Amino acid sequence: MNQPATAPCLQHPQEELLRSDRIPHIWCSGCGIGTVFSCVLAAVRKTGLPLDDVAMVSGIGCTGRMAGYIKVDSYHTTHGRAIPFATGLKLARPQGAVLVASGDGDLIAIGGNHFIHAARRNIDMTVICVNNLNYGMTGGQQAPSTPFGAKTTTSPTGSPEEPFDFCQLATACGAVYVSRWTSIHIRRLTESLTKAILKPGFSFVEVLAACPTAFGRRNRMREALDMVKFFHERSVIKNNIDPREFPLDFKGPLVVGEFIDRERPTFTDSYALVHSSQLGEWPDLERQKPAAG
Amino acid sequence: MNGDEACAEGALAAGCRFFGGYPITPATEVAERMSRRLPQLGGIYIQMEDEIASMASLLGASWGGQKAMTSTSGPGFSLMMENLGLGIITETPCVVCNVQRGGPSTGLPTLVGQADMMQARWGSHGHYEIIALCPSSPQEMFDFTIRAFNLSEQFRTPVLIMADEVVGHMNERVVIPAEDTIELVERKRPTCAPEAFLPFRPEADGVAPMACFGDGYRVHITGLTHAENGYPAMEAGAHERMLNALVNKIKMNRDTIISYDTEYLDDAEIVLVAYGISVRSARRAIRAGREQGLKLGLVKLNTVWPFPEEFIRDLAGRVRALVMPEINLGQMVLELERCAGGRCPVRLVGHAGGAIIRPAAILNVINDLVKEAV
Repeated sequence: MNQPATAPCLQHPQEELLRSDRIPHIWCSGCGIGTVFSCVLAAVRKTGLPLDDVAMVSGIGCTGRMAGYIKVDSYHTTHGRAIPFATGLKLARPQGAVLVASGDGDLIAIGGNHFIHAARRNIDMTVICVNNLNYGMTGGQQAPSTPFGAKTTTSPTGSPEEPFDFCQLATACGAVYVSRWTSIHIRRLTESLTKAILKPGFSFVEVLAACPTAFGRRNRMREALDMVKFFHERSVIKNNIDPREFPLDFKGPLVVGEFIDRERPTFTDSYALVHSSQLGEWPDLERQKPAAG
Repeated sequence: MNGDEACAEGALAAGCRFFGGYPITPATEVAERMSRRLPQLGGIYIQMEDEIASMASLLGASWGGQKAMTSTSGPGFSLMMENLGLGIITETPCVVCNVQRGGPSTGLPTLVGQADMMQARWGSHGHYEIIALCPSSPQEMFDFTIRAFNLSEQFRTPVLIMADEVVGHMNERVVIPAEDTIELVERKRPTCAPEAFLPFRPEADGVAPMACFGDGYRVHITGLTHAENGYPAMEAGAHERMLNALVNKIKMNRDTIISYDTEYLDDAEIVLVAYGISVRSARRAIRAGREQGLKLGLVKLNTVWPFPEEFIRDLAGRVRALVMPEINLGQMVLELERCAGGRCPVRLVGHAGGAIIRPAAILNVINDLVKEAV
């Protein structure tokens, strides 16, 4: 319902970064995406980057709608294709900061190939994945993140598949910054996002979030607070660990934290290097090429 | 140089500075030349993981303010259809060159085809208009690629170059004019204040100015049906408005877009309507036919989409028959037939693919037409 005209007008603290004319948003009550979105806005502000030089690219799904609410140049593209679109955007305008907002299905199922290759190339972008363990927008189907045995509308007796561990995948593919949080880790998530945005290269931040409407109600977490409490009880913070040694496991402690922060030349650095005369011949690249003519 | 290389040089001359490539026969030489030449000009060649990604990367690069292109053939063209649609609905200038081979599926990777012509028109889902050019020589690969960029910038839409394996691999002399003699078109950029800017409000020419990443307009661009402000608008009225705007900007400018050449048309009784490599089969047939006393003429389609409907309708009322040679079992001939509207007979000279149309096959059809008329 609309507020009466006389009600005091409350302004969102991130008003400058919000397309308030698009509110109300489409996210369900109890959904974790809104919290993550607020953290993203706060992180963008904390980076101090000029807002005209920040872009958000998204694909399809609930998380993809973030691009429609953030007031920067924002591109809501096709299902799974946010990363290759963002690759073109970044390389065409390298001075801009490019954020990708994706859900688990968008990023790792239909978009999985693009994810692994952008990480391998170390394209300078920040990929934020809200992992709600299912396809929420279409009503709760099985995703590559759905835990073994969890029920969805297309795995009504429990998913027969093992899910991907996104942080392990990102690490194996060469991401220079990898962290996992849940939607209750607001302060740490905001700090992590800020770092990720400022970090040159492919950064990946996974955020586990509640989807009571589609996932929770089929998995004994019907109320919005059920999953939040679950995160609160189970999550354990471990920084600077190899995510392969602490796989995402909902049965035991839920390991979150800043896992990887390492240096590697970005695609743009390497592109400049190979087109300079400083690179030698493969395989002994350090050997200088003979001076041209 | 060969046609593929000429296409790459045309793109560079047009100001293309981003190429999202993926190797595929018989279009690979375009990517290879771009990978060598773009870094020399401060541009980016990136080899994407598949053609879905290469098409998506073009759109991103275009919104990043660069002129962008890719090249492919049938299987890759199929994968590009998804983001071609995104390019159309978001009104993103970019160029895709399809060096056609025989299909469907993997088909004939190394041999010629002209069977993606209807895919070019309708290959992405939903209703839309498209611009497609058909070069018939390496020189036209150069010239038409420049024109493809100019049209895409002018009308803010993806433009297709529907080449074929023979034109792509044929080596001929290509004249590259002096840089300052090449006319280039750049997309309109907004000049108003950001608060007043509507990224999808067309101006009098049917085209809205484009605010790229970093221009300070902070636009929202979506593949959803959207209102003039770029925001999603999920209702029939908004869809009607948006789709009409997309279709109208091509339709209202079709006289600017459509291009064809005519040869021997003044006294022609039977007219060959041809595009791409089949133009050259048609020319040979016309020369041979004229030696036999047949009054043959040629319409060479430089643009195939939009189709020159009015011109063909008028022509069909003035000649005895129209004949279309094409390397498929009947695609553009359907459009020719539709536009002729029964005013004269329309015949196809086609085959499944893998070889060019033989001039003798064209003459056989013409001789049959002459016999029927007696």
